[in-house]
Amino acid sequence: MTPEEIKEFEKALDKISAKAKEFGLDFYDMRFEICPAEIIYTFGAYGMPTRYSHWSFGKSFHRMKTQYDYNLSRIYELVINSDPCYAFLLDGNSVIQNKLVAAHVYAHCDFFKNNKWFRHTSKKMVESMARSAERIKEYEFKYGRAMIEEVLDAAMAIQEHIEPRHDLGIIRKPTDDRERTRPDETPYDDLWNIGIKTPEEPPSKTRKFPLKPEKDLLKFLAVHAKELDDWERDILFIVRDEMLYLWPQIETKIMNEGWATLWHSRIMRDIQLSENETIEFAKMHSGVIMPGIMGINPYFVGLKIWEDIEKRWDKPTREEKEKYGRPGGQGREKIFEIRETENDISFIRNYLTKELVEELDLYLFQKVYTKWQVIDTEWERVREGLLTLLTNGGFPHIIIEDGNYNRTGDLYLRHCHEGRDLDLFYLEKTLPSVFRLWGRPVNFETSVDEKKILYTYNGEKIQKRTL
Amino acid sequence: MFDKTFIVSKDDWSLHRKGHIDQQRHMEKVKEAIKKNLADIVAEESIIMSDGKKIIKLPIKSLEEYHFRYNQNKQKNVGQGDGNTKPGDVLGSEGGKGSGNGPGAGSEPGVDYYEAEITVDELAELIFEDLGLPNLQEKRQQELTTESYQFKDVRKKGIMGNIDKRRTIIESIKRNSRCGNPGQTIIYPEDLRFKTWDEDIRYQSNAVVIAMMDTSGSMGAFEKYIARSFFFWMVRFLRTKYQNVNIVFLAHHTEAKEVNEREFFTKGESGGTRCSSVYDLALKIIATRYNPDDYNIYPFHFSDGDNLPSDNEKCLVLVQKLLQVCNVFGYGEIEGLYYNSSSLMSIYRKLRDPKFTSVLIKDKTGVYPALKAFFKPQGKVMNM
Repeated sequence: MTPEEIKEFEKALDKISAKAKEFGLDFYDMRFEICPAEIIYTFGAYGMPTRYSHWSFGKSFHRMKTQYDYNLSRIYELVINSDPCYAFLLDGNSVIQNKLVAAHVYAHCDFFKNNKWFRHTSKKMVESMARSAERIKEYEFKYGRAMIEEVLDAAMAIQEHIEPRHDLGIIRKPTDDRERTRPDETPYDDLWNIGIKTPEEPPSKTRKFPLKPEKDLLKFLAVHAKELDDWERDILFIVRDEMLYLWPQIETKIMNEGWATLWHSRIMRDIQLSENETIEFAKMHSGVIMPGIMGINPYFVGLKIWEDIEKRWDKPTREEKEKYGRPGGQGREKIFEIRETENDISFIRNYLTKELVEELDLYLFQKVYTKWQVIDTEWERVREGLLTLLTNGGFPHIIIEDGNYNRTGDLYLRHCHEGRDLDLFYLEKTLPSVFRLWGRPVNFETSVDEKKILYTYNGEKIQKRTL
Repeated sequence: MFDKTFIVSKDDWSLHRKGHIDQQRHMEKVKEAIKKNLADIVAEESIIMSDGKKIIKLPIKSLEEYHFRYNQNKQKNVGQGDGNTKPGDVLGSEGGKGSGNGPGAGSEPGVDYYEAEITVDELAELIFEDLGLPNLQEKRQQELTTESYQFKDVRKKGIMGNIDKRRTIIESIKRNSRCGNPGQTIIYPEDLRFKTWDEDIRYQSNAVVIAMMDTSGSMGAFEKYIARSFFFWMVRFLRTKYQNVNIVFLAHHTEAKEVNEREFFTKGESGGTRCSSVYDLALKIIATRYNPDDYNIYPFHFSDGDNLPSDNEKCLVLVQKLLQVCNVFGYGEIEGLYYNSSSLMSIYRKLRDPKFTSVLIKDKTGVYPALKAFFKPQGKVMNM
């Protein structure tokens, strides 16, 4: 973009931001950065401009950039959940393209700020990640790149296994029984008990550990693995923190993209465009919402659901009026409420209707021998199928059953099988990563073709046996 | 200006190389992976069939990032059609790329292949790293040379790339001191000093390799392919590491004849098998052209082991004769579809000569171990 174009873009931003406010969008201050394609793809691959270095980011950068170079796919923007909100726009875009992208970005920012699943995400993550990256760099200088890479490889192999709901459903109650039965009256009361054995204390060997199965594998390893150095634990926590920060974006992809698409089209409709601009806008917009054959396009499906909700609450059918007491005219209010409280799972479950599945022509498909084939179009099964894919961010649910299995300090993980088998080759290749961090043999229970199987990796080889 | 809720900026990003640097690291890891998988790659058709000069593209799966994930082949995915999609509709077949748009909710099917570009020479370097001619002995007349270059000399004239900075600056300081202004280090042309190399030619003993291949009817496409893969790398290896090694190509069925290199690699033949014919010819060639007093002699023979039974005893006698005159005798047997366990290999088991090496190759991945077994340097002879 030339300096003149940037001026024109700034002028348009005045109108776009005013329009967005008028529609009720509530966003942070914006920082738009115009940068070349290479930089956008770098940030796209890393997920963040300031993230640490790792070969896997280089690999995805290369893949994305190749696709861009061959004109196969294109990223238009990258927006960061932060305050102020950073948005990186493509230098090669025309002014009208960047106007659309800016309108899109305002809606994303509103979503980041107001959707409750983002409530724990740090708005200073750009800086936090930069500091973490610096620390990792320092470790590299101190211990050598190979060592750091080994730990990062292992940590990133299990990075999805965190507990994003770590604050929900926890009832705080005193864990130590002694405290309740014999409250201390003065800070020195414990002096009277010196030398007296406390009978409640169970021998530590038999105590189950963890008491209840835990899901946060990264945290568990970082806290309880016996042979890790402090810097290794630090790396585990860095990977975990960044995943916790990124998790809500995984969980609201359809809603968030649909929301941004809904508002960019409305904002652009309301600000004045020339004839040429209108055509270019329409072209780009239709590109964004092109349906995907081998997967759904979140922009399109999300947009359709939002529009449908607004319509059904604005002009309810007679049945909806009578059955649900919906007075009508509440469309806008309803979608703002949903954008605040729901995530993709509840969004799809509550608002993907029979009519929408049919209109969007959604289907379930599967590999049949060597072909990808449509296997079902019945709306409820399609909806269930989509929900299954979205559950736990699309990752298998794995819990730590025992951190002292067989009383030898071995780890026992269990895959909570919900009807989908694991990729066993990948499983065998991932267990060594867990072993690298835990430092003791790792057991992994899963089901294959409805048979329970226990995998064990002892540092040398994988063994499996039927349970 | 102050009520603005946004800032637009455009910075200079030209020095931002993060993505490239990490991609480079990824490439390094790919190369390491190639090295680990040489056995698979050595017999890759695209290499053996190439003329050996151009850059080849190896289809290498980019490094996997392993994690716990679902079985993609059993997974039900959600897709979107353009209306009227019915169960049973085929969306695509394996290998064909789905035209997915944007990251969908499910993971995109399809394998992530990475084309690593590599020249045959680069690959050869990896393969030949620890190969050498075994049991090389000093002979009377020396013809085999290894050349190397050593920077030993310093001169006043030379190529700028070879400038010796330290000596140049010392010269400049010396000259300046002589002229009475010590410490000044303006460099004049006469101060320049250059490193210069000497060619270091070392004479090594002469060597001749006798490549013998069974081209009889029982050698099917697979067996021939394996034998040729081996000889392909063998020839490249010898030509890379030793300037003047002689290679003699012999092809045989019931009769043996000397052929040129091109014929050796391309000609198909048929007929029965009498391995003694080729050993006879080899002995004749040694007797007439390569005196064992002057040459290190390395005969290598590849066959499927399906020899005329009445000929086996004769073979054994001839191999023993060959062993007397040569440094190492290598025999490779390819276990094809119609492999018969009463093969030449079982006859050669009786041989107890440390100079005799044999390998059994079952599939493509056996070629690299065979190279390693036959070309174990430092005079070590292994009996496998």
